[in-house]
Amino acid sequence: MNLTGRHLIDPNDFTIEELQKVIDLGLDIYNNPSNYSDICRGKILGTLFYEPSTRTRLSFESAMLRMGGSVLGFSDSNTSSVSKGETIADTIRVLDGYADVLVMRHPREGAPKLASEFSSVPVINGGDGGHQHPTQTLTDLVTIQHYRGKISNLKVAFCGDLLFGRTVHSLLKTLSRFPHISFVLISPEQLKIPSHLRDEIISNTNVEIIETQSLEDHINEVDILYMTRIQKERFFNEEEYVKLKDSYVLCKDKLKNAKEDLLILHPLPRVNEINYDVDSDPRAKYFEQAKLGVYARMALMALVLGVI
Amino acid sequence: MLKVTSIERGIVIDHISSGKGLKIFQKLSLDKLNTPVVLLMNVQSKELGKKDIIKIQDFIDLDLRILGLIDPNITINIIEKDQIVEKKKVELPQKVKGLFQCKNPRCITSIDTYVEPEFTLAKNSRRKYKCSYCEELTEYKL
Repeated sequence: MNLTGRHLIDPNDFTIEELQKVIDLGLDIYNNPSNYSDICRGKILGTLFYEPSTRTRLSFESAMLRMGGSVLGFSDSNTSSVSKGETIADTIRVLDGYADVLVMRHPREGAPKLASEFSSVPVINGGDGGHQHPTQTLTDLVTIQHYRGKISNLKVAFCGDLLFGRTVHSLLKTLSRFPHISFVLISPEQLKIPSHLRDEIISNTNVEIIETQSLEDHINEVDILYMTRIQKERFFNEEEYVKLKDSYVLCKDKLKNAKEDLLILHPLPRVNEINYDVDSDPRAKYFEQAKLGVYARMALMALVLGVI
Repeated sequence: MLKVTSIERGIVIDHISSGKGLKIFQKLSLDKLNTPVVLLMNVQSKELGKKDIIKIQDFIDLDLRILGLIDPNITINIIEKDQIVEKKKVELPQKVKGLFQCKNPRCITSIDTYVEPEFTLAKNSRRKYKCSYCEELTEYKL
């Protein structure tokens, strides 16, 4: 099982054993950070952020800096040669000579895959449109393993925008490959998961899926509640966004019937889908989840760079 | 009754669903050939009721993938000395590259036009193709 030189574009690019290796290493780095503080000395991370993403970009940068490496790149396509009309293929062919590993965030779906076809160094998908976000999935898996000790026998609810929510797509695809997982998918009718994704999960696994519009009806039975933001930027029609944006708001009151060991996760940033009164609830782990994301990315980069 | 003579040497594209013959004719750019070509439309057929047929008095390179994509019921007959020497069935191709565009407006292939979109036939689907870049399903329409 060797991840050196590998791209991570889609969570399915890695086997469950390979994902588990990243998760275990991430938690080991979390518990023993000083053992890993110098392993990437001399290595450079190239960050190609074609759309704003403060959290993911800073999480990657923090991860590389915590391992003693360096970072270069752009966080706004308007200030790079991209604004002059340079293609992804050309940008990548140049930048893979400057960096040892690249992370790409792009508003277009499939852009990181295209980048990987022209890159001689590993390309990591930092989120592409409403498609995939595999390093958020690694973050989510590390968080689940950290708080649950294992990733199996879980009933997981996803709530909010399941149509455009790339973090949902990646995590759904990935969790469905772990043992004894079932899903409750809570969304307005207009934001249900893409049919191709549902068909793929159903045809590849025996996962039980409940699709509903009611959070209240199922909150008492789930082990993990994964809340998501309804993203304005994914809508072509603002009227539709305004109609749907407040579909689900999690508040302290709604958690009354939830399990005591429920894990409330959110890829962040949130807008108003989780009330501030939930933050103090011990079941709310979204800020810890963001912190663990740095360790997940450290593990991933260390493995694809082959420094461990 | 309309009578069209058989060809001595060439290709007969048979069992085309009625109405698709003209589209195939255009898609394969058969109007640009210098050899005799015949398009027969609404011919009586035992199997299909009505069918279209294309006869080409020569051998040309036929893209069987595109024919399979358009109509998997098509049969290709290779004719030598007035005889059928080979019959080829076309199939819905499992993989398709560059023959049509992904329908997803957010797909990178809709912007970076130097990329040839690649598709795989979706599981449990007879017509829908999954984009290898964005994974959206697109149904090929002629």
